[in-house]
Amino acid sequence: MLYFSKLRILFIALFSVLFILIASSNLFKFDDNFFDKKINLGLDLQGGSYLLLEIDNEPVIEQKLQNLTTTIRNYFKEKNIKINNIKIDNQNIFFNVKDNDKQSVLDVFQDENSDLNPYYPRFKSHQLEIEDTGLNFKVNFSRQGLIKLKTSSQDQAIEIVRRRVDEVGTNEPNILKRGNNRILVELPGLDDPMRIKSLLGKTANLTFRFVTNDENDRFGVEKLKFENGLEEATVSKRIIISGENLLDAQPKMDTQANQTIVSFTLDRVGAKRFGKATSTGIGKQLAIVLDGKIISAPVVRDTIASGSGQISGGFTFQTATDLALLLRSGALPAPLEIIEERTVGPDLGQDSINAGMIALAIGFMLVIIFMFVKYKIFGLITNVTLIVNLFILLGVLTLFEATLTLPGIAGIILTVGMAVDANVLIFERIKEELKDETNNILAFDGGYTKSRTAILDANITTLLAAIILFFMGSGPVKGFAVTLGVGIFTTLFSVYFIARLFTSIYVSRNKNKEKLI
Amino acid sequence: MIAFNKYYNHFNLLSSVLIVVSLLLLIFKGLNFGIDFKGGTLIELRASDSKINVSSLRDRFNQMDLGDVSVKKFGNDTDFLVKFENKDNKKNIIEEIKANLDKSFGNNYDFRRVENVGPKVSAELLKSGIIAISLSLALMLFYIWIRFEWQFSLGAILALFHDVIVTLGVFSLFSLEINLSIIAAVLTIVGYSMNDTVVIFDRVRENLRKYSDIKIFELTNISINETLSRTIITSATTLLALLAIYFFGGEILKGFSLAMILGVVFGTYSSIYIANTVLVRLRVSQKTVLREDDKK
Repeated sequence: MLYFSKLRILFIALFSVLFILIASSNLFKFDDNFFDKKINLGLDLQGGSYLLLEIDNEPVIEQKLQNLTTTIRNYFKEKNIKINNIKIDNQNIFFNVKDNDKQSVLDVFQDENSDLNPYYPRFKSHQLEIEDTGLNFKVNFSRQGLIKLKTSSQDQAIEIVRRRVDEVGTNEPNILKRGNNRILVELPGLDDPMRIKSLLGKTANLTFRFVTNDENDRFGVEKLKFENGLEEATVSKRIIISGENLLDAQPKMDTQANQTIVSFTLDRVGAKRFGKATSTGIGKQLAIVLDGKIISAPVVRDTIASGSGQISGGFTFQTATDLALLLRSGALPAPLEIIEERTVGPDLGQDSINAGMIALAIGFMLVIIFMFVKYKIFGLITNVTLIVNLFILLGVLTLFEATLTLPGIAGIILTVGMAVDANVLIFERIKEELKDETNNILAFDGGYTKSRTAILDANITTLLAAIILFFMGSGPVKGFAVTLGVGIFTTLFSVYFIARLFTSIYVSRNKNKEKLI
Repeated sequence: MIAFNKYYNHFNLLSSVLIVVSLLLLIFKGLNFGIDFKGGTLIELRASDSKINVSSLRDRFNQMDLGDVSVKKFGNDTDFLVKFENKDNKKNIIEEIKANLDKSFGNNYDFRRVENVGPKVSAELLKSGIIAISLSLALMLFYIWIRFEWQFSLGAILALFHDVIVTLGVFSLFSLEINLSIIAAVLTIVGYSMNDTVVIFDRVRENLRKYSDIKIFELTNISINETLSRTIITSATTLLALLAIYFFGGEILKGFSLAMILGVVFGTYSSIYIANTVLVRLRVSQKTVLREDDKK
């Protein structure tokens, strides 16, 4: 126990110095090429916004089912099977067929190579489930089918969210999937998330449709409100062009009319359709509909074949910029709802850092003074160990580029308080050994061996708590679990290597001292 | 040597009373859940105008039809904490509030922190908090069960339940807010309490092997005394660190550090007066550990 080889001492010294250097790289600027790792500050310390978005998949499911009814009807029409009374109710498609067609319909739905009802061999499941009662069928999404649908709408949504956030240009946003219907957006340094929230809250589904008075329009009609909420117009359901046809959209100042507009460019297909519609529809009103509301409904005066146009609607420069941004980034597959928001202003973050650091300094001082008063030379050894321990802890956090949060700082302070435990257990044991042991070296050995199980038990229990916290906790609390858990390992290292090295040096120099502790 | 064992019965009675009272409080008064677990909106606001105070803020917020609004000072005279349920989960509630406050206070105030937790999320957070605490208790139980004889496990677990229940009882009694960081504190208390108990138990077991003629009643007392310096020093340094957080770590960490302080105090007490008395009452003897040793 007492003996340390030169090599081992060298290793301990190098290791400690290395981590002290790594830890101090957070304070001093090293050459970035050489070492560029840093402890990240959590949103609660650097300020910023945390938004948890949930995708409302209901409309997507409705839409898919709607499309499916058409697909099913056409698919069986080709096979000369007539599908009757097809309708959607409560996310189920119902229809019935003639007696002799029943088996063929079932066969199609249960065929593993069916185009109509894709089969996922990995999950041993079809996309759709079919149930029959007599000649009536009920079709809905299978569990796997729903999961596929949700993940695909999540994939699309996260892409659009990323584009929108990037366009606003905040620094280093963090956009992650959560489950299969949520998206987490972390925006460091953003203290007013109002604009981003309103941008993310819009589906941005843009369509150009003719205003019509013909209630018997072939495609159906719907009454839509204008953006201002006052007027209403009857609009055909036939979509001339939609947001997907847009190549670009930019806010512009229309100097003639002295108003802000959004100018847009269409892709080839869009341009063709727009040209055709504007040539046949001269004199008609073309409604520009965004998320079910009419922005404006200008009268078509000329054929527009150039594939570009403009939207005016009493915009301010800001609203025009935002609309252009939304149009450029594309429509969300489904509406998003912000189900959790946590925003911390940068000055509160700084205050928290300051308070945390002051608490750390004071806590540290108190512990160090207490230990020195109580244990003198062994207190000094403990204190040196504590300081090195703190650096190693910070070094490890730096190496892993861990995120430091306010509870994380609390975890470090707590580690300082609890780290003396192992040393105290050892020193107390040495003291006891000295009661019936006159040989200091044997007492020292006994102290280390006999305290080992207690130290291990004590640290494992704390570690178990930290592990659970890490997996169950969220955000700031996770930061606490990290510092607490890493702190246990660094404490054990510093107690068994650094403190023991110093203690062994002290004991071997005072082999025959009467009162060792 | 201090005769801790003289008071085993007294303190067992006291702890039983504390647990019963805490349970009654938890059942009938309940816990004051913060928005993390109840859902709702929280705004931390800093004012730069002395016209802005608790009553003027309360007036303003009450006019906004937000349901039950609570306005409190937060730390110092210029900081306030406003909480409300946001029952309808209105989308642009923060913007509306800002516009409304601007009318009466101009821009002499600043939102330092805004938290908005929807009902779905808060229900999930509560669930995962309960799971986390139960899981940690179960894990501790498992750990102590493989490390010690069952009598010891029972003692440690009773001490653990005592600490968690009484700490939550204090939070209920004073209507202190339960939020995510309190769950973290409770989990750490679980770890700490276990740690403290295990160190004494380790010694009890060692002494049981060593002495065959000392009754467990005496033996626990010897073990408590032998580990007493360590118990005092570790809880003292931990408390010093926690007090530093409580007084200097800012308002946000107050609840967390308070829960931890209570936990350390109860944890230290229960290691001595609950965990050990269980061993005494179950008449643990040298045979108990030797039998177990034979099996191994």
